[in-house]
Amino acid sequence: MSRKTLRFRPCGNFKVRYREELAVFETDFGRLWAAAGLAALFVLVPWAATPYLLYVVNLIGISAIAALGLNILVGYTGLISLGHGAFFGVGAYSAGILAVTYDVPFLAVIPLAGLMTAVVGMVFGIPSGRLKGLYLTIATLAGQFIIEYILVHWESVTGGTMGMTLPAPTLFGVPVTGDVSFFYLIYTAVVVMVFIAVNLMRTRYGRAFVAIRDNDRAAEGMGIPIFPYKLLSFAVSSFYAGVAGGLWAYYMISISAEPFNLGLSVEYIAMVIIGGLGSISGAIFGTVFITLLNEGLRWVTDTIMNMGGVAGVELTLAPLREFVFGLAIVLFILFEPRGLAEIWRIVRSSFRLWPFSY
Amino acid sequence: MSEGKLLVINNISVVYSDVIQVLKGVSLTVEKGQIVSLLGSNGAGKTTTLKAVSGLLKPENGKVTEGSILFDGLPIHNHSPEMITRAGIIQVLEGRQPFKYLTIEENLRVGTATRWGKPYRQDLDMVYHYFPALTKRRKTLAGYCSGGEMQMLVIGRALMAHPRLLLLDEPSLGLAPLFVREIFQIIERINRENGTTIVLVEQNANMALQIATYGYVMENGKIVMEGRAEDLRENPDVKEFYLGMGAAGAAKSYKDVKAYKRRKRWL
Amino acid sequence: MDFFLQLLINGLSIGFLYGLSAMGFVMIFKSSSVLNFAHGEILAFGAFLFLALATWAQLPIALAFVVTLAGAFVLGFVIERIFLRPLIGEPLIQVIMLTVGLASMFKGGMLLVWGGNLYTYPEFLPEGLGVNWGVIQVPPVYVAAVIIGSLFLLLFGLFFKFSSQGIYMRSVADNQPAALSLGVHVRRVFALSWAIAAVVAGISGIVLGIINGINVHELSSIGLKVFPVVILGGLDSISGAIIGGLIIGLLETFTGGYLSPSLRDIVPYITLVFILLIKPYGLFGLVEIERV
Repeated sequence: MSRKTLRFRPCGNFKVRYREELAVFETDFGRLWAAAGLAALFVLVPWAATPYLLYVVNLIGISAIAALGLNILVGYTGLISLGHGAFFGVGAYSAGILAVTYDVPFLAVIPLAGLMTAVVGMVFGIPSGRLKGLYLTIATLAGQFIIEYILVHWESVTGGTMGMTLPAPTLFGVPVTGDVSFFYLIYTAVVVMVFIAVNLMRTRYGRAFVAIRDNDRAAEGMGIPIFPYKLLSFAVSSFYAGVAGGLWAYYMISISAEPFNLGLSVEYIAMVIIGGLGSISGAIFGTVFITLLNEGLRWVTDTIMNMGGVAGVELTLAPLREFVFGLAIVLFILFEPRGLAEIWRIVRSSFRLWPFSY
Repeated sequence: MSEGKLLVINNISVVYSDVIQVLKGVSLTVEKGQIVSLLGSNGAGKTTTLKAVSGLLKPENGKVTEGSILFDGLPIHNHSPEMITRAGIIQVLEGRQPFKYLTIEENLRVGTATRWGKPYRQDLDMVYHYFPALTKRRKTLAGYCSGGEMQMLVIGRALMAHPRLLLLDEPSLGLAPLFVREIFQIIERINRENGTTIVLVEQNANMALQIATYGYVMENGKIVMEGRAEDLRENPDVKEFYLGMGAAGAAKSYKDVKAYKRRKRWL
Repeated sequence: MDFFLQLLINGLSIGFLYGLSAMGFVMIFKSSSVLNFAHGEILAFGAFLFLALATWAQLPIALAFVVTLAGAFVLGFVIERIFLRPLIGEPLIQVIMLTVGLASMFKGGMLLVWGGNLYTYPEFLPEGLGVNWGVIQVPPVYVAAVIIGSLFLLLFGLFFKFSSQGIYMRSVADNQPAALSLGVHVRRVFALSWAIAAVVAGISGIVLGIINGINVHELSSIGLKVFPVVILGGLDSISGAIIGGLIIGLLETFTGGYLSPSLRDIVPYITLVFILLIKPYGLFGLVEIERV
């Protein structure tokens, strides 16, 4: 398709081919913005951020990958997983085992961790894939507990409660250490994974997922084999969790089974819901929101505790966080079920259309 | 004069999901004690008309956007089904929908939902009087009953509510011809003995017009014809399009331009 | 042999309580097809409300019990009204997520109030309630558990079989449009089923609290153990819930007793995965489950 001029603003729907409907960027303006944003991200953030801030930014990047995976499952295919936290853990441990026990190089560890997680995910997807979506939810709940148990009790492989310690990753012979190098590593992975997700959704597979979400029976009637596609979606989602888990393991250096509990799974669900179901940018918004909320709550509890708190009342972070996450999920579902992505869209379009709002 | 009018539908439009317009200005009147039949082909809007009256549009995301429905002089359009059923309008849904995992008797008891704390034994007897076949199966799960028994059951269940207006949606659907005759006779008896006003939606125009006092014909979301049942029975268009008899007594084909044009005129 | 019998009795009593908890869950699922992930939290709430009334408010035990059940009823009703009613007609996924959010919210809230400590109820069971047949010794708490549980089971059974309201509730579970067409107040049925389920959960919470002590984490995890139970028994079968509960309870106790205590908590979930593989609609569920 050849165009003579750059297109900045669509003044209506002038699409004449399916290709145009499928375009990632509706306008060149959007493309430029995306490029500029990425450049700014890669240049400005490491330069401007304090170590703590960079740490938070890195955590956001890792969680964003996992949340993206969950959104493919929940938002695009309409299946709910309550085991995403555990799958994230499987990724982390796979990376640990591959790197420590088998001495596999970093560049191979991450995709392999993703693949192993995808396989584990499918083990729980198979019994439920033939049934309605809610059975998958229940199976993943079982998966969550079983995986947690295995991580703790399979001591010869996972190190049990002692956990594992990973070596620093080496890229082309250069060891990656420090928050800044990890920042580049993580965000390269984020860009790659977003790229894959965006493009996956433009293929027949992505469309099949959406069809299954909107009406599984109709989708079946259109000739989409539901079970394989559900399983595929589940595998892709687990793959993302595995990749994120692998990165997390390297970044944290030492891992133990504790963090990969049901609470983490709920946290990912919160990210996806708050960010916006079925939206790639939503997964990222949600991650940013939840991570910042997390850090904010930590700050609040710390401050209150430092001030002496209310006498005799022990304010601990975990319950407060649980309460606030739950509240956030509930409020978003009731009042803005399409999440932050929708709010962002509204804000953006009102800017774009300003001052003529219609 | 308005005393005799139980139900007045006044020029209503119905839209589903805010976009799909199904009824385009339907008006009809049902007088007390009448059987009024509503005829028309598939998708003409008969069921939608009934649902507009009974309030069951709401769960399907449908809405009466224009016009009004008066029941006993009071507006009921877009009211909740709970309110409308309590006012005395009960709809028997198309396609026999018993509660499969409840016994016949429990099914019938659900029919008393609109009447708080009243004894139901007497009403059970009344239903068994109209449908003796149900008596010996009162303890069986409805899911195991035959199609005919299910049809009797759902009509009986509606009678338990002591409806002032009974809306029947295709009671003959999928039943053997002999049984259809029996069901229609019972419907007529219910009308005669209980004085229940009935609106009957049917594909089986022949049967419907035999027991009805008045009839409406719908096409494409509009009423295209109305009249007393015996007049409709004699009407050449109805005869041809719904009773399956050509003017000369033989079925006509669409090749016949004249018939096609005539049909097109009122579609 | 003694050990075996002791395990058998413990397993049956615990299993019975699982069944009771699962019953409330199934009730909600049957009437409104909502998978309630907050069931364990409602159960814990019942236990803590009873604790607060019995110890801090110093109410007589019987009164505290009745007030707790009333409180649970109101809680269930309010949850349905405020959180679930706006979602009627929304996709299932939203509803499930909502209950996940509610679970997290309630659990966090209760932890903020009561912390992660273990509490116990004041002694109120008569000592003579225990059964002592030579080798078999059943502590009073288990006897009380079974008596209270059976009593309410019977009550609810009668309610659903014979009362008009119970029949209406079953009719809604069976065929919602038809129930609506007959003037059954469907929304009231939803609210009522939540309220009754919360009462059942409250009862199980109290009884479990008597047996194991009261702890937010412990009690709310029962809400998740309900899933193996209902998958085993069939998602929509009330009697299946009780039998599934008994099986899971026995399985757990025997695994804990003979194999390893740490395996105890995981066995129900392994069973769940196997059941999904072999007999996905459970032992007593309706085979008619939509297969997609």
